[in-house]
Amino acid sequence: MKLLKFLAVGILFGIVMTKSEAISWFRIQEMFRFQSFHMYGIIGVAVVMGLLIHFLIGKYDVKNAFGDAIKFQDKPKTYKASILGGIIFGLGWAMTGACPGPLYVLAGHGYLVILVVILSALFGTYVYGALRSKLPH
Amino acid sequence: MIEFISQPWHWSVSGAMISLVMLLLIYLGQKFGVSSSFQAMCSIGGAGKRFEYFRYDWKKHDWLLVFVVGSIIGGWIGSTFLASPEPVQISAATINDLSALGISYPTSNAEGAGYLPTDIFNFEALKTLKGIILIILGGFLVGFGTRWAGGCTSGHAITGLSNLQLPSLVAVIGFFIGGLVMTHLLFPIIFSL
Repeated sequence: MKLLKFLAVGILFGIVMTKSEAISWFRIQEMFRFQSFHMYGIIGVAVVMGLLIHFLIGKYDVKNAFGDAIKFQDKPKTYKASILGGIIFGLGWAMTGACPGPLYVLAGHGYLVILVVILSALFGTYVYGALRSKLPH
Repeated sequence: MIEFISQPWHWSVSGAMISLVMLLLIYLGQKFGVSSSFQAMCSIGGAGKRFEYFRYDWKKHDWLLVFVVGSIIGGWIGSTFLASPEPVQISAATINDLSALGISYPTSNAEGAGYLPTDIFNFEALKTLKGIILIILGGFLVGFGTRWAGGCTSGHAITGLSNLQLPSLVAVIGFFIGGLVMTHLLFPIIFSL
């Protein structure tokens, strides 16, 4: 039952990604060419509202669905991994026009070749796991 | 109602809806970050036998895998029942730039919805160097990079920035360095292949 709620939120996410056009390869190109405000507007509004959400949850000690206090974890301060991994992902983001969320949504649209992109991403993850101890973090 | 939802959404509505998705996941005791699903899938596939990174209880990500299934269903619903009347309206400047690279843009839904450039992203293209680079190498870099950086657009750009995480800001700067280098310096070379 609990997992069904995540199925529902996932469905909402798929619809939002579709209607926002954030899954469009062309929208990502437009963003990296600074030729439209569309993607910056989406991310900007999401971040500003997210700041408000984090602030209000912290201020009023909001409880989650199970009655537990909501705690936010800090991201590990592995700055070398952030910048180097970030650049690698950025290269792939421009090539495929999709980050991980949109990849799944595009598969739902019926673009079967996206499954090859997802399999390649899984292989990339596997190779990262294999090389992890040798990479700077 | 369906007609109302089926229009392309204004960016402010889209941004607000993404933050709602993040809020719902927080309320359900989790956090918004999709690329961890790659680690979970590798772990389920048995990668933990060889590498420590995949040796963890993937069941702590079971909710995320269900979320991923939901997002596939949501994509199907969005494209089948809530499709926009016209292809994505991208700017004329982008259409021009891309046409110089040999990428055509659909002028009607019959030619495509404007989500993927289907003249490159298809199975036939996997027989060409250009297609292999964009589809296979591109996907590889998405998986390798997001896991190295510890997050993707959802985990770093949305969740991390909105929780004032400095490592996330550094990662987002990295995303843009990579994206700009690819778009402006490497695309002209790749598309001439």
